[in-house]
Amino acid sequence: MSYVRLTNVTKQFGQVTAVNKLNLSIEKGECFSMLGPSGCGKTTTLRMVAGFEDLDEGEISVGERLLSSSAKNFYLPPEKRDFGMVFQAFAVWPHLSVYENVAFPLRIRKFPASEVASRAREALQATNLLNVAQSSPENLSGGGKQRVALARALAINPDVMLLDEPLSSLDPHLREEMRFEIKDLQRRYGFSIIYVTHDQSEAMALSDRILVMKLGVVQQIDSPLNVYNKPANKFVFSFIGLHNFLTAGRLSDGRPSLDGKTPLPATLTPPEQIKDDPTLTLASRPSEIDFNTRGHIAATVTRKSFLGEIVDYQFSVHGQDLRVQKSRHTPGPEVGETCGLLLLKPYWFSGD
Amino acid sequence: MSASRKSGFGAAHFILGLSIAILVIVVAVPVLLIFLNAFWANGKFNLTDVVAVLSEQETYQALLNSVFIASGTTIGSTIVGTFFAWLVTRTDLPFKKFMRGMFLVPFMLPSFIGALAWKMLLSPRAGYINRFFMDTFGLEEPVFNIYSYLGIMAVEVMYLFPFVFIQVCGALERMDPTLEESARISGAGLFTITRKITIPLVLPSILSGSLLIMLYSMAHFGTVAVLGIENGIYNIPTLIYERIHESAGSFASIRTGTVLASVLVVSAAFIIWLQGKVLGRGRYQIIAGKSFRPVELKLRALRWPLLIFCLAYIGFTIVLPTVVIFLVGGLKTYGLPFTPENLSLDNYKFILFEYQITKDAIFNSVTLGLSAAFITMFAGVMISYVIVKMKVRGKGILEFLGMLPFSVPGSVIALGVILAWSGKYGVNLYNTVWIILVAYIARYMAFSLKANSAALEQVHDSLMEAARACGATMWQTLRDIVLPLVRPGMLAAFFLIFLPSLRELTVSIMLYAPTTRTVGVAIYTLNEDGETVVSAALAGVALVLIITGQTVINRVSARYQRG
Repeated sequence: MSYVRLTNVTKQFGQVTAVNKLNLSIEKGECFSMLGPSGCGKTTTLRMVAGFEDLDEGEISVGERLLSSSAKNFYLPPEKRDFGMVFQAFAVWPHLSVYENVAFPLRIRKFPASEVASRAREALQATNLLNVAQSSPENLSGGGKQRVALARALAINPDVMLLDEPLSSLDPHLREEMRFEIKDLQRRYGFSIIYVTHDQSEAMALSDRILVMKLGVVQQIDSPLNVYNKPANKFVFSFIGLHNFLTAGRLSDGRPSLDGKTPLPATLTPPEQIKDDPTLTLASRPSEIDFNTRGHIAATVTRKSFLGEIVDYQFSVHGQDLRVQKSRHTPGPEVGETCGLLLLKPYWFSGD
Repeated sequence: MSASRKSGFGAAHFILGLSIAILVIVVAVPVLLIFLNAFWANGKFNLTDVVAVLSEQETYQALLNSVFIASGTTIGSTIVGTFFAWLVTRTDLPFKKFMRGMFLVPFMLPSFIGALAWKMLLSPRAGYINRFFMDTFGLEEPVFNIYSYLGIMAVEVMYLFPFVFIQVCGALERMDPTLEESARISGAGLFTITRKITIPLVLPSILSGSLLIMLYSMAHFGTVAVLGIENGIYNIPTLIYERIHESAGSFASIRTGTVLASVLVVSAAFIIWLQGKVLGRGRYQIIAGKSFRPVELKLRALRWPLLIFCLAYIGFTIVLPTVVIFLVGGLKTYGLPFTPENLSLDNYKFILFEYQITKDAIFNSVTLGLSAAFITMFAGVMISYVIVKMKVRGKGILEFLGMLPFSVPGSVIALGVILAWSGKYGVNLYNTVWIILVAYIARYMAFSLKANSAALEQVHDSLMEAARACGATMWQTLRDIVLPLVRPGMLAAFFLIFLPSLRELTVSIMLYAPTTRTVGVAIYTLNEDGETVVSAALAGVALVLIITGQTVINRVSARYQRG
């Protein structure tokens, strides 16, 4: 049963449509990520769920509770929504101690003193902050501050946790560590997470489902594996992971060709639904290409760089660039040499 | 190799020496002489005389008055400034931009001209407002007596609250909005957020603005001189002036003056130290990058009433006094009602083209302002360069000396300059314009140092190193790289000095001679002599000059920032 529901949600900023007719339902206890380049509307969507932005059309509800509805002219302010939220820039209050930061939402709700203490303690324990409870958050590192923000969001034991790029102000190694901590907390407390990020690996690692957005329009909502393996369109393919695009035309007999003369081998045939499109894109991932004498296409190495674990090649295919990444143990051609490339997992998209 | 090293060393030390010399001669010597005169008698350190001077009824009262007036002014300005700052940054008040601009107008209006206007409006017998109420409603007593502590404080608040206003506006605008949003999502309403999050976070800015006002008001001359003396209310600067002025430099009056001046310097230094403490301790990292606009409090039903309140405040404190100055300046005789047949431009013609005293005053103020601004701008850029950019031994002395101008109030400078340049040490500038020029340079050095070091700090060292790496000498680097980059700072310094010096009163009043009156002095003395309409007309001319100048600067600096 879906828990957080967004129905036909639309938000305009002046002439710009930031979010366009978004429909979405998130399960209880699910970790749901919204992914996209900056300006795609993911943060606006999250802020509409949080209540910092009203919506121009549609409706948002959680369980039985209506949060915003343009038709019913209803809008519940953020302080009444009982969510936990973590912001990118930490937003911990420097004039309050770590403990007081965490106790704040409990005091606001006028919990009895003993319960404020026990709940704040629990949240601090869950985030490993008990030993710094009395110090000022100013003395903590970025990771420490973000833990305080997390503890503060946990304190009221919310059903829904909103995370607005919570890790992007942290160092890369810390980011990975915090990722698992968030996941652990979710398992323990069972809240739903709505997670906004522009980092695709973060979304992949954390989420049950991912929404990919572009210019306010949903591109795909699916499991991480499906978003990677079965991208809905070229944008999703390019946004998730490294990618190669080769533009292909049609020969007079309808067979696709990269150079307008030689047809591509039969193993590289576009799927049924785009078989009539005049221009096509042949997409592939750099890690899913093999060197093979009987390969699909012939290509010349223009650059070869050793990156440690992997070797990165750049090939020229009829004037178009193509990247290949291979383990350093795999033998490969040198710059200037020509060899056959076998696309292990080709994708076809319409247009160029 | 060794030769070039030697010459570089020499140039650096030459600049350092020159910088130190300027600050020593212009600021340090006068201040030192004040302390010397206060604490040194008959060749030895003497504290009993100091205590004796301070325990005299009049000096003691002046000290108390300074503290009392400054405290009242500070509290009032802090409340007014914080409230308006919050209103224009955090609510949906209509015409916020315009209101914000209006609240900054008092910054450029000289407070003693404001005091003059309020005297015309609210003096117990002759004030227009008091007379209106007494005539119309047959009241026995005036509505409000401006010649009182409350009157002085009210007028000072009107002109000083922008110090708090501008600090708090800046802090509220720079504050990361997610700090408040996270309180909202934690369940706090807007009122709770304001009380528990917003105000505590901007408290350092509020306090620092308040202390600035305290500092200014303690040493403030004009308002107390215009409104207090009538009723026997003196503060430290007005008592210093009174003593020096009346007794024409007798030993006893110099003694009292220097003791009071020492008190001012010490309290100013203390306030500045305190301000540094407040800012240092409370400088939270509340500034963040990515942000949506902060949540605006919906004033709802209060929206228009509050707008009307703001407009009424501006009308009452800015427009009304300004209009009164111009109207009184047009009257044939002070006290006549403002009817068309009583009003003319005759006074304005008179002061601009016929009256020698006012013509001299305008000429003196403009030439003094231009020369002081020019000299101080160049001295300031050189001294700031040494402090901010150069790595030479002995820079510490300069850093200390560079702090000095910030903590020396105008009346102290004037007194110190009298001590230093009255012929006792070989040079006698007394009763000439030169003594005023020297005092202006000392008084405004702080502005120039501030603007220029801010500009120089923006110029990253690597820009100069890049020039040196390209083969430019130190001088070429200065000329082709540094100077063009700090030009906006220098220009800012120039106008920060030129405009205030047009209306300067505190320093010039202690130093003027019959032919060396400045505009401020002329306005003040003409008013004292009962020539109210001429004084008002001159004040009107000064306002036009100042407002025009300020508008031009705003235009120019806006273009600078855009282009």
